[in-house]
Amino acid sequence: MDAHTLLLARIQFGFTISVHIIFPAFSIGSSAFVATLLVLWRRSGSEHYLRIARFWTKIFAVSFAMGVVSGIPLSYELGTNWSRYSLATGNVIGPLIGYEVLTAFFLESTFLGIMLFGWTRVPPWLHVTSAILVALGTMISGFWILAANSWMQTPAGHTVVNGIAYPVDWFHVIFNPSFPYRFTHMMTAAYLTTSVVVLAAGARYVLQGKFPDEARTMLRMGIGMVAILGPAQLFFGDQHGLNTLEHQPAKVAAMEGHWEDTGPAALVLFGIPDQQGERNRAEIAIPRLGGLILKHDLNGRYAGLKDFPKADRPPVLPVFFAFRIMVGIGVLLIMLGLTGAYLWSRGKLFTTRWYLQAATWSWPIGFIAILAGWITTESGRQPYVAYGITRTADALSPVGTATVATSLVAFVLVYAVVFSIGIYYIRRLVLTGPKPAPAPEALPNRPLLLGAQK
Amino acid sequence: MTATYAFWLPVVSTGIVGLAVAMYVIMDGFDLGVGILFPYFPQETHRDQMMNSVAPFWDGNETWLVLGGVWLLVAFPLAYSIITPALYVPLITMLLALVFRGVAFEFRWVAKPSHRKWDVAFAAGSTVAAFAQGTMVGGILIGFRIENGQFAGGPLDWLTPFSIMCGAGLVVGYALIGACWLVMKTSGDVEKAARRFAKPLLIALVAFIVLISVWTPLQFERVAARWFGGWHMAYLSPVPLITAALSVSCWRGSSGRHPTIAFNAAVGLFVISFVGLAISTLPYLAPPSITLWDAAASPKSQTFMLVGTTVLVPFVLGYTFFVYHTFRGKVHPGEGYH
Repeated sequence: MDAHTLLLARIQFGFTISVHIIFPAFSIGSSAFVATLLVLWRRSGSEHYLRIARFWTKIFAVSFAMGVVSGIPLSYELGTNWSRYSLATGNVIGPLIGYEVLTAFFLESTFLGIMLFGWTRVPPWLHVTSAILVALGTMISGFWILAANSWMQTPAGHTVVNGIAYPVDWFHVIFNPSFPYRFTHMMTAAYLTTSVVVLAAGARYVLQGKFPDEARTMLRMGIGMVAILGPAQLFFGDQHGLNTLEHQPAKVAAMEGHWEDTGPAALVLFGIPDQQGERNRAEIAIPRLGGLILKHDLNGRYAGLKDFPKADRPPVLPVFFAFRIMVGIGVLLIMLGLTGAYLWSRGKLFTTRWYLQAATWSWPIGFIAILAGWITTESGRQPYVAYGITRTADALSPVGTATVATSLVAFVLVYAVVFSIGIYYIRRLVLTGPKPAPAPEALPNRPLLLGAQK
Repeated sequence: MTATYAFWLPVVSTGIVGLAVAMYVIMDGFDLGVGILFPYFPQETHRDQMMNSVAPFWDGNETWLVLGGVWLLVAFPLAYSIITPALYVPLITMLLALVFRGVAFEFRWVAKPSHRKWDVAFAAGSTVAAFAQGTMVGGILIGFRIENGQFAGGPLDWLTPFSIMCGAGLVVGYALIGACWLVMKTSGDVEKAARRFAKPLLIALVAFIVLISVWTPLQFERVAARWFGGWHMAYLSPVPLITAALSVSCWRGSSGRHPTIAFNAAVGLFVISFVGLAISTLPYLAPPSITLWDAAASPKSQTFMLVGTTVLVPFVLGYTFFVYHTFRGKVHPGEGYH
């Protein structure tokens, strides 16, 4: 297969799936947030929970729509650009995606109708139940798609005959070695990222003195989540890393910029990996810390990149830097959560302006960490598309360079226009804020923007 | 035993792929149709009403498209890996068009009062998606150049007068089912206008059905043999007869008092046309050489999917029905958005 077509097809998949993942990650978090708020509202009778729920429902709806339309192309790209991947792994991967459709997509998309439009059509308990089912649907969706992805990373429960994988044991296919770790890590990332967005919006309103009740609830709920999930994510990430070291050692070596296994492993803090020269330039490293982190032992050693044939090494530079971005943001998030919790416990949360100011700027960093994490794990899987089974270079469809190039340009143009406008609309919804007064019984068609734009 | 299982399993899988595609065509058909008719309803309040009539359902409707695609991948990886690269251009076109019209459902409300561009996106996206789907139907009927189990043709092989005609036919068909939906779900001026559109659209759709019924046996020998070889016509004759009866029923329903007759008849027309196309092309999934048995996945994969589908689809149908029931009756102006 020709190298240009392969590169273009990879760029296309990388681009479309990177744009996509932003929205489901936020939908997973925000649907759970809305469901939680509705439950709180039903139990406490406190109307401000309902106002916050309605506000985030609108944002969730816009984000969910973008997630749906950016997700459908992916299931067809597997055929258009990667038909030989589909042929090689379809017997195993296909049913997992099929179960995602049957157990999750229908559930969330159907009850979404009631969640968004059923406020006055069904009794409140049924409306709350619909919101919970939507949140559950997004979670189940994550279960299956991460099972499929994890199988591509750490395949199990299959046999390979003539280059085609056949299922042997579905339980082992689904609960393959990396799945529990990846699922926990990604779901936590989704809830964490959304909590940061809620926290940032709450902080903004507190600073502006707008919507006092709603703003304080958002800020407190956001901080509570980040303070718990941030440190938890550090632990889950560490466990996931150890699992990767066991099953995909070349990926960990690339993440760490670890070329040679010559003694107790150092931790490379910074460096510029040089794939050709097989070394890091401008390296700053702490002796023995790498062994401590990865082996939990000061004398710990693990395989370096030179232990793998050149043709089996992932591209080190993107994996190395993406991993550092993810971890760096993780540390920032832990600080954000713990500082907020400390200020809250001192009763100074709503008056510490520097903290609130920093918090308003923090909204995108969770998304950046998610993208960086996915770049780490997907680039780190290279040169394989299904680890040890099919190489990415052998997965391409018999299509021409011009076809792939044209569709790539079309995707980039359409996505750039549609999704930037969508994110702009979400920003505008956030700037406008929740509806201040209790919602009237019969909703007009244009809920809040007309008044707010003047 | 194994031989019969290996024989029947792909047949059942074909039935499921067919069912998913048929569900999709009918359900997304009416909401695409509403989009196709958008330009002919210039008033904003009318458009709000049209949009509200489909807004709670469109997402669930579109999920059937994903199910059809995924079932094809699961049960027939070989057919999937031939059809998708062969129909690359219309497929990507359809997906991008669906992006525009899908986000329009939310963006249009959020953008108000400067929402005109999303009206255009909704209408154009729906029309282009419908047309692209029609050309894909045409492309599959024409068949593919296949060598060594791979698609070996060019990127524009699907582009023929026949596939263009299929594209136009599907746009008209969706517009009809959309108009009948509006007759059933809206009131006042929107309903009146929809009734006016229904009859010419029905005439046009019947013309396309006749045209395709004449064209396919003339162009494709295998289709002619299927319908006119031996005594086939004797037991296949209900297909054209039912088509005629449904057309009459849709005609009457579009001006009659009962709001659901025209829509039900239009759904019936889609089902019978779909059955007709299936009769023409089966057992080939990727004509002219790959049959459903050639393309079938490992029995283990199909069985696993089949168990899930058998257990879960009744639930899916159950809560889908529940949502349609919740939003039953006509949409009234002003009701709707969350």
